[in-house]
This record gives sequence, C-alpha cells and structure tokens, in this order.
Amino acid sequence: MATTADASGRFGQFGGQYIPETLMNAVIELDEAYKHYKKDPAFQSELSTLFAEYANRPSRLYFAKKMTQDLGGAKIYFKREDLNFTGAHKINNVLGQALLAKKMGKTRLIAETGAGQHGVATATAAAYFGMECVVFMGKVDTERQALNVYKMKLLGADVVPVTSGTATLKDAVSEAFREWTNRIADTHYCLGSVMGPHPFPTIVRDFQAVISREAREQMLAAEGRLPDAVLACVGGGSNAIGSFYHFIDDKDVQLIGCEAAGRGIDTFETAATVSTGRLGVFHGMKSLFCQNEFGQIAPVYSISAGLDYPGIGPEHAYLHSIGRAQYVPVTDEEAVQAFEYTSRIEGIIPAIESSHAIAHAMKIAPAMDKDQILVVTISGRGDKDCAAVARYRGTVIEE
Amino acid sequence: MSRIREAFVGGKAFIPFITAGYPDLETTRQVVKAAQDNGADLIEIGIPFSDPTAEGPVIQTANVIALEGGVTTDQILSFVKELREKDQITVPMVFMTYANVVYSYHEGGDAPNDGADGEDRGRFGFCRRCAQAGIDGLILPDVPYEEKGEFREACRAAGIDLISLIAPTSEARIARIAGDAEGFIYIVSSLGVTGVRTKITTDIGAITRKIRSVTNVPCAVGFGISTPEQAAAMAAQSDGAIVGSAIIRIITEHGREAAPEVGKYVKCMKDALR
Repeated sequence: MATTADASGRFGQFGGQYIPETLMNAVIELDEAYKHYKKDPAFQSELSTLFAEYANRPSRLYFAKKMTQDLGGAKIYFKREDLNFTGAHKINNVLGQALLAKKMGKTRLIAETGAGQHGVATATAAAYFGMECVVFMGKVDTERQALNVYKMKLLGADVVPVTSGTATLKDAVSEAFREWTNRIADTHYCLGSVMGPHPFPTIVRDFQAVISREAREQMLAAEGRLPDAVLACVGGGSNAIGSFYHFIDDKDVQLIGCEAAGRGIDTFETAATVSTGRLGVFHGMKSLFCQNEFGQIAPVYSISAGLDYPGIGPEHAYLHSIGRAQYVPVTDEEAVQAFEYTSRIEGIIPAIESSHAIAHAMKIAPAMDKDQILVVTISGRGDKDCAAVARYRGTVIEE
Repeated sequence: MSRIREAFVGGKAFIPFITAGYPDLETTRQVVKAAQDNGADLIEIGIPFSDPTAEGPVIQTANVIALEGGVTTDQILSFVKELREKDQITVPMVFMTYANVVYSYHEGGDAPNDGADGEDRGRFGFCRRCAQAGIDGLILPDVPYEEKGEFREACRAAGIDLISLIAPTSEARIARIAGDAEGFIYIVSSLGVTGVRTKITTDIGAITRKIRSVTNVPCAVGFGISTPEQAAAMAAQSDGAIVGSAIIRIITEHGREAAPEVGKYVKCMKDALR
C-alpha cells in the first residue's frame, strides 16, 4: 500500500508518540498485540463475523439518481455508512478495538466523543463484550447531543462531562488521556479517530479501511470502473481515511477531504485544519494543528460536534503533503444546505458531518461530465442533528 | 558539570514549580524570589499551555488563568532574563512546558537556528532564547525517550539540558532512559496527572536503585507531594523532591499576596529535607 507508518509510527514526518512516559509501555504493548492479532486468522474471522452479523456490513453503495439528475453532471454514489448498526462508521473501529482489548485481557474501555457517535458505538461494544465503559464528552457537546448522552447511559456507560478548555472534542481527548495515565492495567483507551500516538492512527485506519475495500468492489461491480473522485468529511479523519485507503494506489482516483470551515476560513470560528493550521505536536502526534504564533492550540468552531477538532490525523497530513489527497473547506451554511437538500431529494437525512462532503460534491458535480463518477461517504445518519439544524434555521424543537 | 547538577551538591534538593503569569508575572517574580530566599535549590518555571494533558485540575486552572491574562512565551523569556539580571536569582531554573510550545515557537516548526529573518523560530530558536535568558534546562512531559531526539538536538545546540522523566510504569525502560539522561532525572511518583495525593504507593527505592546502577545523574521525585513528611520520605529514596500543585494552591488562595506564604511553605519543606 502507498502509505504505511514506519517502525517509529510515522507517515513521512507526521505521527510519532508524543505522550507521557507513564503511557509508553501501554502503547508499546498495544502495538505488539495489534501486530500479532492483525495476522491472526481467527481474530480476523471473528471481526468479519461481527461486522456482518452485528454491524450490518457490508454497507450499501447507493446510486443517488435524483441528485445526479438534478445537479446535471457527474454520477453520484453514496457509501452508506449511515446504515451501519449505531448509525455511523464509528462502529467499524470500535468493534475492532474492543475485540483487540478483550484479547489483551482488558476489562474496561474509555473513550472520547464529540458528536456522541463514537461514544455510543463504544458503549455498544462494551455492552456486547461485557466490559466497563467510561465516555468523556465536552460539556458543550453533552448539551448539543443530549440524546446520545442518554443512549450511552442506557447502554451502561458512565458519561463524564468535560468542562476544561473549550469543553468540546479536544478537551474530551485530553481528559481521556489523563484518565488512561491514571488507570492503565485493566483499561484500553478506545480512541475514535486516526489520531493520537502510534499505533492508534494505523489501528483505526485498518479497521475503517473496510469502507473503501467494499466501495472499490461495489463500484467495479456496478460500473465496471473506478470512480473519478472519493469525497469524505474530515475532522480527525477516520471515515475519510477509511474511504480513501484502498484507492490510494489508484492514481486516477482523486481523494478529497472536506473540512469544517465553520463560519469561514477567514474567520476565527473555523475548524479547517489544513486550510488554517500548521505543523505542530499535540495529542500524541506531529501533524497540522490550528494554533497561534506561540503554539497555543486555537479554540475551533463548527456546527458539527464531530468535526470540531483543531488537528488532523497524521496520515492525512502526509497525503496532503505529497499531494495525493486534497482538503477543502466547507462552511456551516453550505453543510446545512446539503443536509436539507439530501433529505428532500433523496429521502436520506445525512449526519451534519457527512453533509460537508455532500456539499462539496454539489459544488463540483455540475461542472463534471455525465460519465464521470463521484463516491461520497455518508459517514452517519442525521437524526442526531435535526434539533441543531432546526436551531440554526431559527426553530426550537422540544424533544 | 551543568548548573543543574550544582543544585544537588549540598544535600537533598527542594524543587518548587511555579506557573509563570499566574495570576500575573509580577506575582511570579515575588514568588520566585521568596522560593530562592527560603532555600529552593532549583526552580521549575511553567510556561502555560492551552491543553496541558499531564496536569491535574489545579495546574490546568493556573494555565488557563495565566493565558487569559495574556502572558506569552516571549514575555516569559524576557521575564526570566530579568530574574537573572535584576532580581539576583542565581539558583538553576528549568522550564516545564509542552512540546508544541517549543516546536511551534514563532511559528517555527523545524526552522533552523540561523535567525536569518531576524527572529528565532521553532525548537532551535526557542532553546537559544532559553539559554540567553539564563534557563538551564527543559522538562517536556509529552516528549518520551523515543521522541526526544529533535528536542535534545536543539537543547544541545543552545547548551541547555533536556530533562528525562521516568514513571512507575517504565520498568525495563528505566536503564535506557537513565543511561541517556542529563541534568537531573524526574521520577514521576505515581500513575495519573499532577496533583496532591494523600498517599504515594510506588516503590521509589526500587526505581532509584535501577537508575543508580547506570548513572550518577541525580534524580528527584515529583507528582503528588505536598507535605514535609512526603517530601522527606521521597527524598530519602532519591536526591530531592519536586512540588507543584501544592504551591499553585497557595497562590490560588493568596493571589497577589502569595509570595510570603510560598516562602514559608518552601522553608518548611526544605527544612524537612535537611
């Protein structure tokens, strides 16, 4: 494959293990366990069964016929990760990591969550495997996504609202790392994106790569050819790297990551890391981060709690640096329009995160030829976002 | 011998940690002077970071308030220079901060230390400014042994020490880390983040024995120490005790009038180590 982390866990200059000494043996142990189970046919077969029977894989590659006709350009296919059990791509990674943790003898999962999708998926896997679960979630996000908080508790997880910093995703990640340094022996940190110290970016990427493995086969079956471009939204970047991975060697397939520009990349209320960030070291990795001239991490903003993160996974930073993938900013307004448009025209309510990718497809499809093809990953379902989008449009919904 | 080693020559060292700019730099100046006057052997100055992942709530809050007060890395560097030049601070001083504060200094990243654009940038520029200000070393809790190369390189170029940390979970890593250590070794007393603990259960003696089998670099214990009894117990098994959160608590309680109170506390702690 075109991109593989080297022995020190780097993609080019990006990645690494910038974590407290207290955690070093834990990540080394995780790396060794993963290397072992990755090659273990019994582990892979157990995971495939879980994917099929519990998570409802493979997910559909759906031809968005009406949208294609309406936009009048390239054919648009949706990779329907929203149809997975628990309603998003997050379950792919969580089942993999929970199974790995179980094999390692861990009895407790901790996780961070932004929109709540990763938290719900982790709580689900913990319930399935009979493990303890604690989810850290920014206080602001617990208010934006109250229903997901309820779901996690229903599934038996403890939800800890994080009030430090900006009380959003980055602070939830920091708090999960703090908790991990406090309790390592029985605890696995089930990180939700392709970020953090090595081996997390590789492990999460491998479990999410099922998206592009299926999409590539499904596309060849449907059209007898590969798509011209694959689009996915990027916060930390897990659904995007999963959507890109098996297309990286297909040089004619354009890979486009859609970042949350919030109110615009020329404002301070943005979370578009590639557009507005620069090289730094944070949350265990060397990558691109939104930060000030003294390296203080910038408060970021997006309507989408799942993309509201000031960094990007190291493999994305690498794909960007070598020009293999491009990253484009999409504003709140554009994402909300795509959310409404997709609901009306296809009867599919996409997550506000995924709506960022759809919005970019709506920009580029009309200018493309009718025989060209776009694959857009719908990373999750949008039920969780209805109240927030209604609020954005000036309506208050009582749940 | 670096100036840091001198801190350990006259018996067990007492090492206070103070967040620069909490609640303002003038208070920090008075607190540093009070600490030196009352027997501190080495002083750790914290450069606040927006997301201090190794800190407990007490130091996290100090970081937030210092940054909200507008303090910057450049102001802290000038401040330390003044401590050396005007305030007669002669004890060794080290900075405690996070990797990105060093790496991204003046948006530098990997910029070389040639000052070609008239500004020191990145890790090399940061370390050069540290040396010019009179800083003797650097503690970066999010830079483990595996990642220290690029930071050590910049410290070496500037002639300051990069301090290594050893944790209760380090086990087989201890010999490798200690064998390559300089200045002093920071032994993390317990799992978890910084903050006051009622009890420290790690076998510190076992860790220091492993360290001493490979190096004579002095080692001091930090994380969770607040009482003279704890400090004495930790220092008995090592070369010194580091106290952070307990001092920040005194500053939180007394605000701009904190210096005399910190002075009394430092005296009490240092006496316990004599």
